[in-house]
Amino acid sequence: MIEARGITARHGDNVVVRDVSFDVADGESFGIVGESGSGKSTLLRVIAGLHRDWSGELSVAGKKQDRDRPHDFGRVVSMVFQDPYGSLHPRQTVGRALAEPLIVQGIRYDAARIDAALRDVGLDASHRARYPHQLSGGQRQRVAIARALMLEPRLLLLDEPTSALDASVQADILALLRRVRQARGMSFVLVSHSLAIVEALCERAAVMQQGSFVEEVSAGDLRRGNLHNSYARELFAASRGFRRAF
Amino acid sequence: MVAPSRRFPPLATLGAAIVVASALIAFAAPLLAPYAPYAQDLAHRLEPPGGAHWLGTDELGRDILSRLIYGARVTLGIVALVSVVTAPVGLLVGCVAGYFGGWVEAVLMRVTDIFLALPRLILALAFVAALGPGIENAVLAIAIVSWPPYARVARAESLTLRHAEFIDAARLAGASGGRIVLRHIMPLCLPSVIVRMSLDMAGVILIAAGLGFLGLGAQPPTPEWGAMIATGRQYMLDHWWVAAMPGIAIAVLSLAFNLLGDGLRDWLDPKQR
Repeated sequence: MIEARGITARHGDNVVVRDVSFDVADGESFGIVGESGSGKSTLLRVIAGLHRDWSGELSVAGKKQDRDRPHDFGRVVSMVFQDPYGSLHPRQTVGRALAEPLIVQGIRYDAARIDAALRDVGLDASHRARYPHQLSGGQRQRVAIARALMLEPRLLLLDEPTSALDASVQADILALLRRVRQARGMSFVLVSHSLAIVEALCERAAVMQQGSFVEEVSAGDLRRGNLHNSYARELFAASRGFRRAF
Repeated sequence: MVAPSRRFPPLATLGAAIVVASALIAFAAPLLAPYAPYAQDLAHRLEPPGGAHWLGTDELGRDILSRLIYGARVTLGIVALVSVVTAPVGLLVGCVAGYFGGWVEAVLMRVTDIFLALPRLILALAFVAALGPGIENAVLAIAIVSWPPYARVARAESLTLRHAEFIDAARLAGASGGRIVLRHIMPLCLPSVIVRMSLDMAGVILIAAGLGFLGLGAQPPTPEWGAMIATGRQYMLDHWWVAAMPGIAIAVLSLAFNLLGDGLRDWLDPKQR
């Protein structure tokens, strides 16, 4: 689904992603873990075509990607953002937000299609006429996920999709994402600072530090803490320590 | 809708009431005016307020109240035309500059800066002098000098929206730059532009009156308030009402627009929601 070779991305003069290469197979879920500022979100935005200042070679769904993406790129790749409060237009109803990708891609739709999309993420038709400020954080993130699924993309990019939500809602959203992926056989690229969330959703993960991948591991090795790189082990120990604190 | 449920501020309600009343008066001028605005009666020139002429008569014996009522048409017409022309232009320029950034923003905002660097009345004077006096040209001149503040306001709003995640989501779905500006960014910039507009209307009235006063706006015998003050100036000491009545009308309507704008600003402020 993704072939990335020597991706380097800059913010002005700062190199935030340094010579990163990785593959994501069709239907695979790939996690990227790292602390704040490690460049993981920028890497995700490079794949999405939202960050323009990058070099290297990138193929998505078998097509080589340039800085400008083709108009129908949104039918292949979609994204769920970190902040459910910032990712929905404050003056658009839920129904309008879900229709927008269809309108933009020139796809005919009716209310039934919007309602079906809402049901898919555990909401119902009564939410269609609501504005984002009338929804809870978890409901907003469900709407954002529904919007990301509207064009039935093959690859979903997830930028810390649960970190702005409280713990019980996090679990619901993770379960929803797992169910969506099973039902549709999509590929995921998940960016998170939490090993637990990556473990829960991904088969394979990379640990990122200061713009580079320092280690790539399977989910099993991640769970067991079978890590070679010292930074990755530190991160693992920190997340276990955090868990014991509960 | 997202309209806040809080009560509209009372002073702004007063302002809105005056504005609406003026609009109604202007609309129904032929029904309300006791005399024809151009009817001269030299036997009763410069009569003081009271009696048959509530607000007195001017130097040609024309009824000042009737002229004020018809003048509301001219003044509000200018305000409406200027708003209809300037607000969309400023909004578009500002939103395009704010969203696209780079050289587009640099060019658009430097042009805006040039217009803002010159005093509005002076610039309007220059344009009217070049275009020739008259109401149409006055409207054009006022419109040319009035759009930059809207562009500034809209750009500032757009800048904060440019990197919003809902804009990223629209871009990723394949929305074009034009669509994002028109459908996603502009609706969010609209409230601040509307507030700015209602605050600006007082200024537009004053510029229109200023141009009329200087003989560059509405031409006699059109009952424009500024032009009425200009002719009344000669009789100011002995016959104060000729200049004072249109002056009061300008002051009251300007104040009403200001109150309305102030109230709208507080009312639409998202932080107070």
